Amino acid sequence: MGAERLIAIATDRDIVTAREEGRELASTLNFSPSDLTVIAVAISEVTRNILMYAGQGEVSLCLVDKGSRRGIAVVARDHGPGIENVALALEDGYSTSGGLGLGLPGARRLVDEFDIRSAPGNGTTVTLRKWER
Amino acid sequence: MAPRTSGEDVPRTTDVLSELVAHLRRHRAQLRQEWVRRITESRLLTSMTEQEIFAEATSVFDNYVEVLETGSVEALQAYARSLSERIIPRGVDTPEVVGIVLLLRDVLARSLFEKYQGDFGLLNRVLDTYEPAANRIATTVSVGFVQERERVIRQQQEAIRELSTPVLQVRERLLILPIIGVVDSERARQLTEQLLRGVRSNRAKVVVMDITGVPSVDATVANHFVQTVEAARLLGATVIVTGLSPEIAQTLVTIGVDLTKMNTVGDLQGGIEEAERVLGYKVLNVRDQTTAET
Amino acid sequence: MLVPILKQGDYLIASIQSALTDTDLLSLRDDLVGQVGHYRSRGVIIDVTVLDVMDSFAVRMLSTLAQMITLRGAETVIVGIQPDVAFAMVQLGLTLGGVATALDLEEGLAYLNARAKKGKAGGR
Repeated sequence: MGAERLIAIATDRDIVTAREEGRELASTLNFSPSDLTVIAVAISEVTRNILMYAGQGEVSLCLVDKGSRRGIAVVARDHGPGIENVALALEDGYSTSGGLGLGLPGARRLVDEFDIRSAPGNGTTVTLRKWER
Repeated sequence: MAPRTSGEDVPRTTDVLSELVAHLRRHRAQLRQEWVRRITESRLLTSMTEQEIFAEATSVFDNYVEVLETGSVEALQAYARSLSERIIPRGVDTPEVVGIVLLLRDVLARSLFEKYQGDFGLLNRVLDTYEPAANRIATTVSVGFVQERERVIRQQQEAIRELSTPVLQVRERLLILPIIGVVDSERARQLTEQLLRGVRSNRAKVVVMDITGVPSVDATVANHFVQTVEAARLLGATVIVTGLSPEIAQTLVTIGVDLTKMNTVGDLQGGIEEAERVLGYKVLNVRDQTTAET
Repeated sequence: MLVPILKQGDYLIASIQSALTDTDLLSLRDDLVGQVGHYRSRGVIIDVTVLDVMDSFAVRMLSTLAQMITLRGAETVIVGIQPDVAFAMVQLGLTLGGVATALDLEEGLAYLNARAKKGKAGGR
């Protein structure tokens, strides 16, 4: 378990920063180039979610351990309005021509562990974990 | 004097600790020598030469004493990992690692017995400090080694999977990917990566993916195949799937794949012919030539 | 202009040079659509070789861009999608359906030329 990297999210440039730092952190482990890209995309999705629905928040990145496996944990936190219907938000109503745009169902497909906590008025916390193979 | 119960990270009696660490450092050369002697005597590390053993013994010894002194678990884990990375390629396995760490513990303990034999009470206090620390080191190094080995084995399995499915360039812009044997999710993922890399490096426009040799696939793997076809298209390549058994065709239909949208041909030969047609290798007949010249 | 747009005959070629933010992508889209109209281009090639990530926003943007360009009477080809990026895209369910793709610039131009030729032949 290493140090945590915290990235403040307030502009769309921060989405790029968060995913590039995530990729860099993950590259210190044994992830394939393909997995690194997948991790970067997942971070991009949940980070944009913060901007779109809360305007600002933060993303925390850190390396984690589980027995002989190492991985990366991403926590995307905001104190925005929260998601009314989390189950609906996780539904695959996604389409390339617009869709709900939350990016959450997609991000969930890309990672090994996915957790979301949200309630109206309480903000949202999305936790992602991806493990080395 | 009642033995002290311990269990903290850092021993309470730092005086005793610094004294024993100083002692171990002072007698570094002969303790290390003794340790190497015991290793050889126990027929451990037989895959390494004496010079190699001595070199490793030096850095292991110094790190060991250092960790005894600082009690830092993180440093210990990092050390265990780097040690494992060095010796696993040398063919060292788990019983050997456990063995040599325990031998070092014994050699150092004996040295402490010898030094403090005159004062049993003091010896006990010294051991109260030494034993938990030494045991933690032994455990951490052993566990770290096992975990590192598991990681190496997983990597080797991945490499074997990759070798077992070559991507063949048959003609310019045409690749063939013959898949034989059981395909699980891991292998399917690897196949996709290989195929896509192959498309890029060979500038392939068509890939004939032959699955004649695949007995069956589950819905997850079938989905992977569909993703492979879609991803190849993003690289400007068409995938022709050949050797589709009725069972696999059924699985694809069940997961909702529109088979008319997927380019499938009966067998590999037919697939190659179709690929050549797509690439425009077909010999023009006279009538076509006339039209082109108009 | 962050992304250089080159004119090559009837075609416009936009070569992305570095990671783009959402705002940059939208600017690119507006620039391209404007230039297609201005030059009456027949085709647009967008080279994404440099991008190591294409997420839902980028893909959506490219989709709508292609649609807008079609409305201006031109074709769009996306070239240079990296293998890892393509794989991540399809896992996310983004297949860029309805938008032409090619391996690289050379292939992209070949595609547009073939389409132009077909167009001419069809017109007979």
